[in-house]
Amino acid sequence: MSFRVPRRTIAAFLGPAVAALAIVGIAPLLYAVWKSLHYFNLTKIAQQRFVGLENYGAVLTDPVFWQAMGRTALLFIIAVPIQIALGLLIALVLHRPGLTFWKTLARLSLVLPMATTYAVVGLLAQVMLNQKYGVINQMLGWIGVDAINFIGDPTNAFIGVVIWDIWQWTPFVALVLLAGLSTVPPEIEEAAKLETKSNWTVLRHVQLPFLIPSLVAVLILRTADTLKLFDMPFTMTRGGPGSATEFIAVLIERVGNRQFDIGMAAAQSIIMLAITIVLARLYIRLFYREVR
Amino acid sequence: MAAPIQRRSLWAEGVLLLLIGLFCVFPFYWMVTTSLKTQVVALESPPVWWFTPTLANYWEVLFVDKVGPALINSIIVAVCTTALAVGLGTPAAYALARFEFRGKTDLWFWFITNRFVSPVVLAFPVFLISRELGLRDTHLALILMYLTFTLPIVIWICTDQFRSIPRELDEAAMLEGAGQWTIFRQICLPLAMPGVAVSSILSFIFSWNELLFAYILAPKAAKTAPAMAVTFMEGYDVPYGKIMATSTLIVVPVLIFALLASKHLVRGLTMGAVK
Repeated sequence: MSFRVPRRTIAAFLGPAVAALAIVGIAPLLYAVWKSLHYFNLTKIAQQRFVGLENYGAVLTDPVFWQAMGRTALLFIIAVPIQIALGLLIALVLHRPGLTFWKTLARLSLVLPMATTYAVVGLLAQVMLNQKYGVINQMLGWIGVDAINFIGDPTNAFIGVVIWDIWQWTPFVALVLLAGLSTVPPEIEEAAKLETKSNWTVLRHVQLPFLIPSLVAVLILRTADTLKLFDMPFTMTRGGPGSATEFIAVLIERVGNRQFDIGMAAAQSIIMLAITIVLARLYIRLFYREVR
Repeated sequence: MAAPIQRRSLWAEGVLLLLIGLFCVFPFYWMVTTSLKTQVVALESPPVWWFTPTLANYWEVLFVDKVGPALINSIIVAVCTTALAVGLGTPAAYALARFEFRGKTDLWFWFITNRFVSPVVLAFPVFLISRELGLRDTHLALILMYLTFTLPIVIWICTDQFRSIPRELDEAAMLEGAGQWTIFRQICLPLAMPGVAVSSILSFIFSWNELLFAYILAPKAAKTAPAMAVTFMEGYDVPYGKIMATSTLIVVPVLIFALLASKHLVRGLTMGAVK
């Protein structure tokens, strides 16, 4: 049963948090919508004027915007399947009984990459991927690969971002999938293992159905976080060389902060916000059924 | 027959575990060792693995290059925003866990949606607003903006925690004549301390790591450590040792917190969809 409480009490408990979040989270959004309807450049403030939906038209027909969207999608398409494959392998190893102490250690080490300051990951990438002084090129040398110019070459810089995205987020995927594996009732898993020797069959027919929610969660969260991705590529390459690593959030930052075209940046970010809200709705519909 | 096979698979498992550990930890090893190299050693090609370590880089970044003040700014911002988020968030979480009212689910979903919104969407409007209000380059601007992600985390985790406290306790106190606020403060909040602790640690980690708001809103006086680290990459002669010393100083506190809350980090990152 629930308590009957006067509305005043409820308002007193919830009011401050709701007001705070509305001020910092909603008010700036409304302001951004308003600014997106204007020509507004910080270096030409006198020319500010209402232009209606012109900025949106410009963004939607701007090849630079779509290229940044395409790059962001490409990063997702390349990095996330690798993260899921590696993550699943790691989760399956950690899920097996035995070697408990070492598995606890491995699990603790998995926590480190995803907690690492994203800007520091960019710096690490710079230092470790350097063509002359970088340790990764040294290691490639040991197996007979010539030093690669990771930072200076467009394609390689993109690969560099993919590598570090994989480093930082594979552990996250692994731990989410590991949590999924532990939802398989042990007696079902045991029975299946008596039936067949093939780990693959157990995975495909017994464990996979229980992993679907975790996989969906990973896909939605990784999509949202790839759209947000700014710190790591920004510290690593500033979006370059050229625009090779200019992902959508990096592009918006450049338009707003380095070209001072706030109206345009606002329009771009509102379009991105629309995508984000669809993702969030989907996530909520799938994962929070029990709170209703 | 069975024993050798099992032993072999145990070996394979051990090797895999070692690879997992190396994969995760090696960059940190390289970061710390590079931070102990002089610029001459750091610019050896190919890189050297054995050398005489020096703490000169730490001395220089902390006291000459103003990473010290930046770290203090980071601490001020992360601690204040966490305290504010707990202060505002725990009563809200209690209300969500205990009271029934219209629009409850919508409110709940709005909190969760904040997890998905990119800071770049808010950064420019807030930049303009903070300029108007004279809040640019202040701790307060960052503390308030960080509420957009710390408050939802606190509310989510604490709601879950309050739900796990038996309602009978509340009911008994109510029969004694205690008011809602007293019940919340004297009975439920102390019992919810594990949730408060976990959500505080997560808030601290996320605020400490934040770059975009800091970079745009606090260019000088209130500059935080990650924003400071970015400026090192500008210029020609890239000081590797100093960059890695700064990185180490930034990363060590969050890694300690992350290990303390290791069981809950995934819960925080998925907003509770995965426990």
